[in-house]
Amino acid sequence: MQDEDFVTIRLTVNGGTHRLVVEPRRLLADALREDLGLTGTNLGCEHGVCGSCTVLVDGQSVRSCLMFAVQANGHEVMTVEGLARGGELHPLQQAFWEKQGLQCGFCTPGFLMTAYELLQHNPNPSEEEIRSALSGNICRCTGYQQIIEAVQSASQAVAGASATVPSGTGA
Amino acid sequence: MTTTTNSHTWIGKDIKRREDPDLLTGRAEYTGDVKLPGMLHAAVLRSPYAHARIVRIDTSAAKKVPGVHAVLTGREATVVLDPLPAFCAEPVVEHAIAVDKVRYAGEAVVAVAAESRYIAEDALELVQIEWEPLPPVIDVLEAMKPDAPKVHENLPSNVVYEHVFIFGDVDGDFARADHIMKRRLRWPRATAAPMEPAGAVCKYDPPSGRMEVWSTTNMLNYVGWLIAGSLKLAPHMVNFYPMYTGGSFGSKHVTSKVIAIAGALSKVTGHPVKFMEDRIDNLAANDAQAADRIYDAELAVTKEGKFLSLRLHAIDDYGAYFVFAITGNTNMMSQISGPYTIGSLENGIKAVLTNKNQQGVFRGAGSDVGNWVLERLVDATSDELGIDGIELRRRNFIQPNQFPYKMPTGNVYDSGNYPGVLDMALQHANLDYWRQEQVRARKLGRYIGIGLATCQQRSTYSATEFWFHNPGPATGLTTTAESVRIGIGPTGGITVTMFSPFWGNSPETVVSQVVGEEFGVDPTTVSVAYEGTSQGLPSAGPGGSRMTVMLSGAVQGAAAKVKEKMYKIAAHLLEASLDDMEVREGRVWVKGTDRSLSLTDIGMKAYWNKFDLPADMESGLEGSFTYDHPYTTAPSEDRKDLGVFYPIMGHAAHIPIVEVDIKTGQVKFLKYLAVHDVGTVVNPRSLQGQIRGGIAQGIGVALYEEVRYSPEGQNLTTTMNDYLVPTVAEVPHIEIYHHVTPSPFTAYGVKGGGEGGRMVAPPAVTRAVEDALKPLGVKIDELPMTPEKIVKWVTQAQAKTP
Ligand code: FES
Ligand code: FES
Repeated sequence: MQDEDFVTIRLTVNGGTHRLVVEPRRLLADALREDLGLTGTNLGCEHGVCGSCTVLVDGQSVRSCLMFAVQANGHEVMTVEGLARGGELHPLQQAFWEKQGLQCGFCTPGFLMTAYELLQHNPNPSEEEIRSALSGNICRCTGYQQIIEAVQSASQAVAGASATVPSGTGA
Repeated sequence: MTTTTNSHTWIGKDIKRREDPDLLTGRAEYTGDVKLPGMLHAAVLRSPYAHARIVRIDTSAAKKVPGVHAVLTGREATVVLDPLPAFCAEPVVEHAIAVDKVRYAGEAVVAVAAESRYIAEDALELVQIEWEPLPPVIDVLEAMKPDAPKVHENLPSNVVYEHVFIFGDVDGDFARADHIMKRRLRWPRATAAPMEPAGAVCKYDPPSGRMEVWSTTNMLNYVGWLIAGSLKLAPHMVNFYPMYTGGSFGSKHVTSKVIAIAGALSKVTGHPVKFMEDRIDNLAANDAQAADRIYDAELAVTKEGKFLSLRLHAIDDYGAYFVFAITGNTNMMSQISGPYTIGSLENGIKAVLTNKNQQGVFRGAGSDVGNWVLERLVDATSDELGIDGIELRRRNFIQPNQFPYKMPTGNVYDSGNYPGVLDMALQHANLDYWRQEQVRARKLGRYIGIGLATCQQRSTYSATEFWFHNPGPATGLTTTAESVRIGIGPTGGITVTMFSPFWGNSPETVVSQVVGEEFGVDPTTVSVAYEGTSQGLPSAGPGGSRMTVMLSGAVQGAAAKVKEKMYKIAAHLLEASLDDMEVREGRVWVKGTDRSLSLTDIGMKAYWNKFDLPADMESGLEGSFTYDHPYTTAPSEDRKDLGVFYPIMGHAAHIPIVEVDIKTGQVKFLKYLAVHDVGTVVNPRSLQGQIRGGIAQGIGVALYEEVRYSPEGQNLTTTMNDYLVPTVAEVPHIEIYHHVTPSPFTAYGVKGGGEGGRMVAPPAVTRAVEDALKPLGVKIDELPMTPEKIVKWVTQAQAKTP
């Protein structure tokens, strides 16, 4: 790799700004996990099917295994690490804990981010709407039911809490 | 060690898992998250051929890529690597990187270590290989023919193992029978496909000859020494760290291949090396594809519907290697006759090698297949004799007063109440309503089906199943011990150390609850730690639904040691009799009085005031306990009795109700009800999660999941677009009830429940679909019941009956 093959980008991640020098082909997932040490985002398939790598870019869910880091240049990224605030679990995380919407936890960051996006747009979704929103995320452990229950139980709490999430978090 | 009490404070309490906050915030460290200074990344070039000789490999261009530190062929790797550990008696040798010949498409041929995974993959593209393709052996029936090309030239044939086990008077029982149900049944090759693929980071230190390993193996304190052997290192020089693991379902027991590849590259480069499978690596080459069997199955039955004898003959496609020998077939002999009083049985096994990725273990470990085959025969009996399935099962159930029950193979079922479980299921199923619905729907051209399966879910193995299929005297009985250490610190805080990693199960929650019970403290105040092999005690980790049983036993044993010392200290300080001591609410009391000491009082004395302790007592307050599960016996020399090898026997009844769209072949669930009996429940929420997740996987193998190979041996299912695991759109709401029949043999009466969902769902769902299609006369003999197959069956049935 020659120096000219690298690109300088600026990413805002969970409210903090980072300057990164990356190859154009570097995946957003690798930039987050390896360059920024945000290993909460997991890679389950690296071909866009499982949803475990889901993060939000400008509030919209994307598969970070299918997006290049350079495409996120100048944009706001939110990862699972951006959910909890000051040691307090986000209501969605709290609800996943209450309902045990996880077992191995590997798919969980992807589900949390997808559910977060859903609740931003639809604070009180029906079971059908939750199933439809989560239909692109695979969990091999739970059988999904307790995930759905967690999203249901979080929905009201999140609707209340989202107003207090500081700007610049991708929220 | 046996205490069965009905009222517990913390055992059975529906508390939140303590594992979850780290997992929910992204803080938990999985193997792929490990980052070390100077760490290199590995990638592997895989064989495009199912069967070929490697004539020549040219890696010179790959080696020149800037950032590449090593390029290793299989032959070159033999300098630092011996073959992988195998648990088979047959001389089937597997190398982490193929040497001279490849035996399945996807087998590793070259491994690269480079400064990034990107560079490593660039380098692989420059490797030149000259191949001599050999005829692939893909179809299992073809592979068995004497003139078939051989997967391993050193073996006499591709039929690597063949034996017929006979227990009791099978011929006599068949001669006595009024009816013989016969089916040829086909169970598909599925695979665990956990969301986290397998991987390892190895760091070799040349001056000292030590290696550190962060990996997805869960058997680090059990078979770590074997993997060390493959790496040509002295076992005590290798330290395996326990890692959070993103699911296994049986596929990560050993994961020696990824460790060997990362370890070899670390030895060669002198850098730490990470090798994580990607999804394609995992689906093509994880060595954990599962049972792939054709059964000729027969059940001998009286005219009253009494089951007399079971005769099974299996052909099992093991793929290219044989790491766990035929454990998938031996495992099911622990519960092969199910919950029924079948007097005799025959189990013929032909294990065949083909050019496919090999079998490993997948949740159920072959007993899943046994349940499906047996319930298919039960359903066939119901249909052919016209006896309702519920009534037929009741006539054949082992009764609650027959336990402990020795079944024909020699295994013993500890306890159970099968009629009770069925009653509980029926009580919630509302079958009258659904039968009316079924009739009503059929008039409208809709096909609703009601399924039922009543199956065993064995738990807590002993290791005889790994070798009793071979002749010879029994040697070295083990039940694969599991250990914990409990320490109470000077301020009274309790720390439990485990020696097996987190896998997606709930080991931290389980040990905290048992500690809470033993000491009368709130489980959330207990600190939990993990320890790797350098400080490790014997532990085999999760597998065979053993963890809750084993950890409960180990914690109870360690707690007893700690309590003994606490009582001595307290009796001494309170000038009371040792026999009068008891612990509750986190204090040691003189029974029947208001005199007590807190754990802090005792901890302080134990650590700081040696001279206040009883004479000759050492300072400190901790206890370790290595728990071997309590009940196993040796197989007889002639193997007419396999001994007790899986005695902690759970049971379940599932009732799914489905609607089948006969035009599209889609199956929709209208209801799914499951009643499980796994003895005393430690944490209901966590158990329900295990059951639901297992049922989802059972629905997967019933309807969608199959590893498919082309006639040339190309794996056609190496992405998650092709290997279809159920999504939220396919898995219904699952209603769960617990029936509790404690085990008389385990701590608190706990039984294992980790595999039950997957072991029971396939026969239940199969029956539901068959029942829906009953008006058309469809009989189901194979899984998965994909939409294409359902449409085909319906079309064929309609062609037969105009
Ligand atoms: S890892 Fe990105 S979708 Fe699976
Ligand atoms: S919790 Fe393990 S994959 Fe979802």
